[in-house]
Amino acid sequence: MILVYLEHHAGELEKGGLGVLSKAASLGEAVGVVLGPGAREVAARAGAFGASKAYALEDEALAAPLPQPRVDALAALVAETGAETVLFAASVLAADVAAGLAARLEAGLNWDLTELELRDGELVGKRPALGDTVLVDVGWKGTPRIGLVRSGALDPVEADGTADVEDFAASFSDFSTLATLVEQTQEESSGPSIEEADVIVAGGRGLGTPEAFSLLEELASALGGAVAATRAVVDSGWYPYATQVGQTGTTVSPRLYVACGISGAIQHKVGMQGSGTIVAINKDPNAPIFDFCDLGVVGDLHQIVPKLTELVRAQRGS
Amino acid sequence: MKIAVCVKQVPDATVHKKIDPQTKRLDRSGEAALNPTDLNAVEEALRVKEAQGGEVVLVSLGPERSVDSLRKALAMGADRAVLVADEVAAGSDLLATSRALASALERESADLVLFGQASSDGDGAVLWAAVAERLRLPVISQVATLTVDAGSVTGKRQTEHGYDLISAPLPAVVAVSDAINEPRYPSLKGIMGAKTKPQETLALGDLGIAADDSGEAGSRTTVLELGPPPSRGDSIKIEDDGSAAQKILDYVLERRLL
Repeated sequence: MILVYLEHHAGELEKGGLGVLSKAASLGEAVGVVLGPGAREVAARAGAFGASKAYALEDEALAAPLPQPRVDALAALVAETGAETVLFAASVLAADVAAGLAARLEAGLNWDLTELELRDGELVGKRPALGDTVLVDVGWKGTPRIGLVRSGALDPVEADGTADVEDFAASFSDFSTLATLVEQTQEESSGPSIEEADVIVAGGRGLGTPEAFSLLEELASALGGAVAATRAVVDSGWYPYATQVGQTGTTVSPRLYVACGISGAIQHKVGMQGSGTIVAINKDPNAPIFDFCDLGVVGDLHQIVPKLTELVRAQRGS
Repeated sequence: MKIAVCVKQVPDATVHKKIDPQTKRLDRSGEAALNPTDLNAVEEALRVKEAQGGEVVLVSLGPERSVDSLRKALAMGADRAVLVADEVAAGSDLLATSRALASALERESADLVLFGQASSDGDGAVLWAAVAERLRLPVISQVATLTVDAGSVTGKRQTEHGYDLISAPLPAVVAVSDAINEPRYPSLKGIMGAKTKPQETLALGDLGIAADDSGEAGSRTTVLELGPPPSRGDSIKIEDDGSAAQKILDYVLERRLL
């Protein structure tokens, strides 16, 4: 049985976990687990993505987004169900939960997986490594197996199905509840967050000035997407850290990624190359991004982006 | 305040990293350096020490030659270094690595254990959580702003939905993000002084870890095969002659992306 950890936010199951759940359901019996207040209600939704059942634990100790009480809860559930595999979609929280659980259960953890398959009945994960220059097939010795799937690598597949929700119990370790959430500031964003967005318009140093981000914001708004930034411009204070795509930021995989004035350093590439279609606009014809985009435009983004915004608006209005 | 900073030697950024097809492990033979984001953890430790006094100890796991890289962090101002170097440990996965590192840290009983954001070779960005679990200490990761006082630590971190401010009593494990600070350059005096700072090298046996619990034998994950990364297929490259915006729109419409 494959247990899939499902995060939820604002009364909805997160897309990443549902993608992992759909994949798990194609490999065997998949069961969801949802933790924290409100878990029971959202857990039922897991049935539509292939879960035969969903476990919920609504303990207040799981209200804050902290990893260690979640390790306690999942360890209890693995013991109760005998789950052979526990899968996670990567997030700031899930990565720590997965690693803590691996140490607790002395279970193997493979991370950054972009695909999972059965080979002669054994679970095999695929992991792009070393700046995605090599694709590594990874396996596990013994059970339980723990896998952390790269953010956005697997798409949710909605199917007919319902999942019964079952409560379970866990006790919390003394050290697990020592860390506490003091304050939470919600990100104020007008559009979708970059992780969930179907369309991303991203900007790099080639914008020239922080003010030029307004061009990208207008294009993103016309396309119904979100604005993202590279490490270089975030470091320069041009755009918020929350929008950073790359190895040290968020990994995204929208259907459309429009890269404006981005050279395409490996640091950035690993965070966005899972995108469906990549359009790049850069005035340097030798920019590395032209090696991994689908449509490359050599030109001045300050000319092209406003024109494209107009055209998209006209198209959408028609 | 005793602060332990977990650091690692990695292939230098200029080295084309590759996996040895025989051992299926990273080829570590070329030029090496201290993992870049570990410098942020070292810097943060030094700032805490400067504010409150105490000691900064580097704790590392890796081949003997790691001492060269550790010297850089000593030159920045760390007081001493402990390196667990054992051939048996090569090929350790997260479980085996966290086991050895936690044992080395237990020996130090630091008030604060710091990690950097991610290693540039393994890129897991999860080791701290496994180590904290083994040490049975609270953990706060991805910390972009850190406040340490006599008995507790508070970290602000960025998540997918905003910012969380998390507090924990000491001793605690904290992983810092590379946005937290700008690591200092070692001074000439620091570089000279680093040569005489205490550097201790331990074998797994010194930590009471059996050979079976380290390296590939002590790991629960395996590398099966190596292959080329998936290619993206054909790409189109055009030069803007004034019609690029229209061409982009057409391209996007054709693929039903609007």
